[in-house]
Amino acid sequence: MNIFVCVKQVPDTETKITPTSDGSFIETASIKWIMNPYDEFAVEQALLIKQANPAANVSVVRVGSVKDTEALRTAMAMGADDAFLVEAADNLDSYSIAKALKGAIEKSGKKPDLVLAGKQAIDDDALQVPQILAEMMNLPSVSVIVGFELNGTTVKAKREVEGGALEVYEVATPCVFATNKGLNTPRYASLPGIMKAKKKPMVQLSLADVGVSDADRRVKYSQFRLPPEKPAGKKFDATDAAKQKEIVAQVVGLLRTEAKII
Amino acid sequence: MDFSLSSEQREIQDLAYKFAKNEMIPVAHEYDEQGKFPTEIFKKAWELGLLNTCIPAEYGGSGFSAVDGVLICEALAYGCMGMNSSFMANDLALLPIVIGGNDAQKKKFLTPFTEEFKIASFCLTEPGNGSDAGGIKTTIKDGGDHWIINGEKMWITNAGYANLFVVYGTIDVNLKHKGISAIVVDPKSPGIEVGKKEDKMGHRASDTRGVRFNNVKVAKENMLGKPGEGWAIAMATLDHSRPLVASSALGGSQHALDLSIKYSKERNQFGVAIAKHQAVQFMIAEMGMKVACARLLVHKAAWMCDQGERNTEIASYAKAFASDSCMQITTDAVQIYGGYGYSREYPVEKLMRDAKLLQIYEGTSQIQRLVMARELLK
Ligand SMILES: Cc1cc2nc3c(=O)[nH]c(=O)nc-3n(C[C@H](O)[C@H](O)[C@H](O)COP(=O)(O)OP(=O)(O)OC[C@H]3O[C@@H](n4cnc5c(N)ncnc54)[C@H](O)[C@@H]3O)c2cc1C
Ligand SMILES: Cc1cc2nc3c(=O)[nH]c(=O)nc-3n(C[C@H](O)[C@H](O)[C@H](O)COP(=O)(O)OP(=O)(O)OC[C@H]3O[C@@H](n4cnc5c(N)ncnc54)[C@H](O)[C@@H]3O)c2cc1C
Repeated sequence: MNIFVCVKQVPDTETKITPTSDGSFIETASIKWIMNPYDEFAVEQALLIKQANPAANVSVVRVGSVKDTEALRTAMAMGADDAFLVEAADNLDSYSIAKALKGAIEKSGKKPDLVLAGKQAIDDDALQVPQILAEMMNLPSVSVIVGFELNGTTVKAKREVEGGALEVYEVATPCVFATNKGLNTPRYASLPGIMKAKKKPMVQLSLADVGVSDADRRVKYSQFRLPPEKPAGKKFDATDAAKQKEIVAQVVGLLRTEAKII
Repeated sequence: MDFSLSSEQREIQDLAYKFAKNEMIPVAHEYDEQGKFPTEIFKKAWELGLLNTCIPAEYGGSGFSAVDGVLICEALAYGCMGMNSSFMANDLALLPIVIGGNDAQKKKFLTPFTEEFKIASFCLTEPGNGSDAGGIKTTIKDGGDHWIINGEKMWITNAGYANLFVVYGTIDVNLKHKGISAIVVDPKSPGIEVGKKEDKMGHRASDTRGVRFNNVKVAKENMLGKPGEGWAIAMATLDHSRPLVASSALGGSQHALDLSIKYSKERNQFGVAIAKHQAVQFMIAEMGMKVACARLLVHKAAWMCDQGERNTEIASYAKAFASDSCMQITTDAVQIYGGYGYSREYPVEKLMRDAKLLQIYEGTSQIQRLVMARELLK
């Protein structure tokens, strides 16, 4: 059984993001990279499957810069067997990333039974790659899952919908799932795991190797800038009962004319 | 010269810091307040391979360097200096076996710590002999086919939970240092009485007790080295363990610095964040400077161990500087928090209480200066 887990490397949640001076992207030089937290649930799920089926092979796949390989190494230290890294700029769009992931999975020479990925990456929050990838691979997919049960060649997956209700799907493998918080508790990469990960294979590919070119870009970023700073809030002193009516009128007026929310 | 960590060391450090932030900090206050021993957290740290870093790979350890060891220790102390005291005591107790044990002893005593979660205690200090460790009175007498131990130990970390003791005693008080011997003892041996848990100012999650030995019989093969070699083993142990204690002071200091930076940007007085007031800035600058210096000393002292160089002088600098700095830094952190710093609802008063012990155990700050002077003037 071959399980592929797509992982993205994103800035650590405590990073202070600054756009580059020309606004073409964000400053990446001093960023500390981590595995996208939602992808940790996908890796953990794959490892749980492997624990129950020791013959299963877990491969992690990533598209991005090769300067830091933190996310893939962490996944292998957690227990994944091998890794595939497609070298690309960190600002690729979702479509190109999905196409590159599909290409890398094909290049691996292993027929996928399951593809898992986090439901979204916390850097651009696009929430698109797993679904595009499933379409491209012509596989069924369920996103935002919080429950997963593999029985032979079918998977029972649960996803939360509005109002706290659960939808339950039965899907035949091969299939694609996008994982959400609550699915499991990701394990730490243990220190012996970190040592062992050194010896695990990491295959490096280029975008050309996986059949992706600039022509595949569907989205081009035009500019990166920080959101404008929020102006300070206004306070209204309504302790004087005689003035309350007047103050309420004033607040309502401002909500209409200035905040334009009523 | 190269000051950078390897990518593997950065991963080790990241894991240890992640563990500290996720597993230790959220519960540190509760364990401190209740004086609760952190068995669960201790075990989880062991499962991840964060403990007993001194055990060589041949005996089942992960084969960490001393530098790796201080990186992990710093991070765990960042999580909680008190819990880390108990974690670190394992290394302190196992180091004499690593240093002075023969192959059979290492297999017998070290390997089980890599296979199962176990706790150890280092029993040197006595009620009447702390700084003057060479004057210990506990006796180890030849009983024919076994040794017989009599005496009393004090301030023994983990004593209430330990699966293994390393005990220092003397075969003959008149021999002074030359009589001191180190021996591995099963804490369940008949004749051992473990005292009540001390109610401490800080490190309240850690377990500290007195231990009494009344005619305790120990197998002949449990003696580390030859009788009378205990002092040399203890001194070599300290060269390895002082960088560890120094790194735990560093972890506590780094935590106090991080909290101070955060708080000073959030707290407004006189219309601006207190971080805008130069008096506060200077306290933070001083903290940063001391943390950076302590880190250099700690890494150098550990690196010298790895090179097989004698590090006694630098290890004493590291231990005294890092722990004295930790006391100053945590006191200033309370100052920066103002009245809130004095409250148990904020994290810095605990850091200040915990810091104090680091200037006392493993050789007080005064004893470190004695060692430094001896090294400098010899
Ligand atoms: C919480 C805790 C945990 C501990 N854990 C352990 C453990 O696991 N195993 C273990 O063996 N021990 C342990 N200790 C003991 C610790 O190492 C000793 O407390 C320490 O060495 C100091 O000894 P003392 O308390 O007897 O103080 P003393 O030696 O009585 O010192 C009192 C004061 O006199 C000063 N002083 C003493 N001699 C000199 C001198 N020659 N010149 C200048 N100043 C001097 C000291 O610096 C100190 O300020 C622990 C202690 C505590 C508090
Ligand atoms: C146990 C206790 C009892 C108390 N009892 C009383 C009481 O009975 N009655 C009462 O009224 N109050 C009382 N207080 C309050 C006490 O007086 C205040 O805590 C103290 O004035 C500091 O104010 P703060 O805590 O708001 O700290 P902050 O004013 O927020 O100060 C935080 C830090 O910023 C520094 N700082 C602030 N402004 C500047 C500046 N301009 N330049 C340089 N540094 C600056 C401070 O020195 C401090 O280090 C008590 C406090 C405690 C803890």
